[in-house]
Amino acid sequence: MILDGLLPVLISVALALLAIGALRRISLWRAGQPESVNIIAGLMAVPRRYMVDLHHVVERDKYMSNTHVATAGGFVLSMVLIILVHLVGLDNSLLAWALLASTALMFIGAVFVYKRRQNPPSRLSKGAWMRLPKSLLSFAATFFIVTLPAAGLLPVNFGGWVLALVLMAGIVLGLGELLFGMGWGGPMKHAFAGALHLAFHRRAERFGGGRSTGLKPVNLTAKILGVSKPSDFKWNQLLGFDACVQCGRCEAVCPAFAAGQPLNPKKLIQDMVVGLAGGSDANYAGSAYPGKDVGNAKGGPTQVITEGLVSPETLWSCTTCRACVEECPMVIEHVDAIVDMRRFLTLEKGDTPNKGAETLENLIATDNPNGFAPASRMNWAADQNLRVMADVKDVDVLFWVSDGAFDMRSQRILRAFVKLLKAANVDFAVLGDEERDSGDVARRLGDDATFQSLAKRNIETLSKYRFNRIVTTDPHAFHVLKNEYKDFYPDGQAPEYEVFHHTTFINELVKASALKLDMYKGGTVTYHDPCYLGRYNGEYDSPRELLAELGIELAEMERSGFRSRCCGGGGGAPITDIPGERRIADMRMEDAVATGAELVAVGCQQCTAMLEGVVEPRPEIKDIAEIVVESLIEEVH
Amino acid sequence: MQPDLSAKSLKVTSLISVGQHPKSGRARRAEQDARAVELGLTLSDDQLEMLHVGSGDKTVMRSYLGMGLPKMTLLKQGDRGDAVPVLCDYLATHAPDILLTGVRAESGEASGMLPFLLAEKLGWPLVSRIAEIGEVNDGVAEVLQALPRGQRRAIKVRLPFVASVDNAAAEPRQSAFGPGQRAGINDMPVAGGDDVVRSGWEESPARKKPKRLKVVKAKTAADRFKAATAKASGGGGKVLKKESPAEQAQAVLDLLIEEGVVR
Ligand code: SF4
Ligand code: SF4
Repeated sequence: MILDGLLPVLISVALALLAIGALRRISLWRAGQPESVNIIAGLMAVPRRYMVDLHHVVERDKYMSNTHVATAGGFVLSMVLIILVHLVGLDNSLLAWALLASTALMFIGAVFVYKRRQNPPSRLSKGAWMRLPKSLLSFAATFFIVTLPAAGLLPVNFGGWVLALVLMAGIVLGLGELLFGMGWGGPMKHAFAGALHLAFHRRAERFGGGRSTGLKPVNLTAKILGVSKPSDFKWNQLLGFDACVQCGRCEAVCPAFAAGQPLNPKKLIQDMVVGLAGGSDANYAGSAYPGKDVGNAKGGPTQVITEGLVSPETLWSCTTCRACVEECPMVIEHVDAIVDMRRFLTLEKGDTPNKGAETLENLIATDNPNGFAPASRMNWAADQNLRVMADVKDVDVLFWVSDGAFDMRSQRILRAFVKLLKAANVDFAVLGDEERDSGDVARRLGDDATFQSLAKRNIETLSKYRFNRIVTTDPHAFHVLKNEYKDFYPDGQAPEYEVFHHTTFINELVKASALKLDMYKGGTVTYHDPCYLGRYNGEYDSPRELLAELGIELAEMERSGFRSRCCGGGGGAPITDIPGERRIADMRMEDAVATGAELVAVGCQQCTAMLEGVVEPRPEIKDIAEIVVESLIEEVH
Repeated sequence: MQPDLSAKSLKVTSLISVGQHPKSGRARRAEQDARAVELGLTLSDDQLEMLHVGSGDKTVMRSYLGMGLPKMTLLKQGDRGDAVPVLCDYLATHAPDILLTGVRAESGEASGMLPFLLAEKLGWPLVSRIAEIGEVNDGVAEVLQALPRGQRRAIKVRLPFVASVDNAAAEPRQSAFGPGQRAGINDMPVAGGDDVVRSGWEESPARKKPKRLKVVKAKTAADRFKAATAKASGGGGKVLKKESPAEQAQAVLDLLIEEGVVR
């Protein structure tokens, strides 16, 4: 065939361009900060991470997972075979037949990609991504046809000039998109960057069913604290941004985006890509940050991000709910990036919006966010007759009270929980005035200096006493104590206790028959999963089991479990208070109302506060401890 | 009022002290001193000198520096030292155009006398409790003095002068940890004796004075608001406007004697 001489040339050129582009892209990532990775082990792990971990997420959208398997699998196989058959020129009809099969598979996959793109949901980016299915189709179709002679299905000299030209055009289009585009920032970049991102992910513990949600510590003696320019990110964070496929699943679940606040996690990641490669967001073809136009953002690897690329309000709108991270098929870490940039704003610029500065100052001066006298921390328990660690020194359970101690509504939850502990004869004590804020809010507001100071001082206090377990009613303190304090223990020391959320703990007490409970007598109940209990710590079952023990059949909200929608209270969002069109708490309440529930069960004082802040009429809000206490059968001694 | 551009070349010195949080008693950036620094920064961000006399609690100094100053001067002195002579010595050779202080310290003696003593020793005018400094033209500054209930008095004062900064002045900017840690502290050990008078004193926590309850018989919210914001209406008192300064001074002295302040 006329193309025979030309084909190897075209393939070689495309492969060479891919290689050059890939090297250039790698040099862009290498502008980031060093972070050591295990190159061999990482690369070896890619197939498993792709097939198991990534597909576990992609499979939530069955249509797309099958489509992707066919298209990507077909493409990878085809590419290997194309090199063997058309470049190396192996004359083996078995290989040719295999190539026919793989291009056919890819074609079928591409047809489904095409169909999805006929009427794309708003979360998908358009632009170059609309071209992709056509390129995929022409790649698969043309290579199918040019392989027919090799398989002996067509005479070697079939067709004429016209066909040859048509095939030629198809091949150039296909190779251009799939090989050239992969190295030079086209949509197919995701395959190349994605594979390496899986290999060198900064939180490798996440693969294989693991969990890694604690923020990474800031080195407080560094030249610059937090991320000011794209090149301040770790190199593998930059790589991660480049893996984004603009599927918009993060956008679809982001509570801040839905509330019309100026945040869209997909756009944010794309802006990071603009930053690492240099340029503007003019080619971005997805949803904007609500209330902001696309096309004005400019950035470069060494330009300050908040001066022209991303506005600070975007960063402060995030509730750190992790919904985006949970949904992202490319395992990108949005929250890490957002907090990294917040760290720069707070620690270097001193620019935490609204009540942020005041809260941080209070935390520094009084160890609680509202500036109450530290010596009044135990006032809530004046009538509770609690044992204090300083007196008893050694107990089974340490009850971490949290800053709920200063808030009247939260105190009701604390009292309910104390009542349960007493009813179950748990050997417990509290730290009393020795307790300090856990540091959660300071850390999410980017002030890792204050967080670390609180953490270290709390650890010092904890280390003075002996106990086996810590229990807390606050999922934020729970997360911090469980996942983030271990980085701050003195060398050679590690926490020697387990940390429990009270719902888990009460559930254990009930299972061990330490509490006698009546059946629940109220109406329909729904349960709101707190982000820091659910997505951050994977505890979805205990609260549900516990409610089931009371005979409650939950009317689940559409978004529950790992898809639960944030109440709007995390990440210091109520403190920085970036305006939107709606309030996140109102939207969550609408979710609850839609189930017909009369009671929303929660496991977090912050969620309680946010949801109770929604105007009536609305369902009642109660912490699970309060619900259980109502059913408690008290024994008279 | 925006300070005009010529004000940018002003030399300003802000004195800072170690504050004390009212609830926790912990050392902190003092509220009024931080306002003095904030005002200094808006007046002259490159020519502002931040000055502290004392042992120089590191965390507190760094929290002032976190407002964005590259360096500060620390006249190192023991806790029992007297700051006034040391400051006078230093300011004699490093005289600014404007010297800003807080109204009174949050810890230690906290008499509020420091700006007065300095002004007296330096021979400069003192404007107490200022809220803002406006334009500075031909060596004369327009200053807004804060009066009770949000009132302001415009004053013109010739440079150099001392001013104590009231809580009514602009809130201090947030302190940023990173720059605060990296800024330089020019340590200058100074001679200077102990404050002998003070060494004989005993310190104990203040007791709250009982407050007279105001019985408000207002029926409506508007009435209550009026009662809460009304000027304290002292019954007696005279207004002397036309009298000569000597007569006015005599009237003040008479009152002080009558009240037993001057004997
Ligand atoms: S960040 Fe992840 S979820 Fe969001 S658009 Fe990119 S790939 Fe999709
Ligand atoms: S963490 Fe939550 S609020 Fe923040 S970007 Fe992700 S989805 Fe949006």
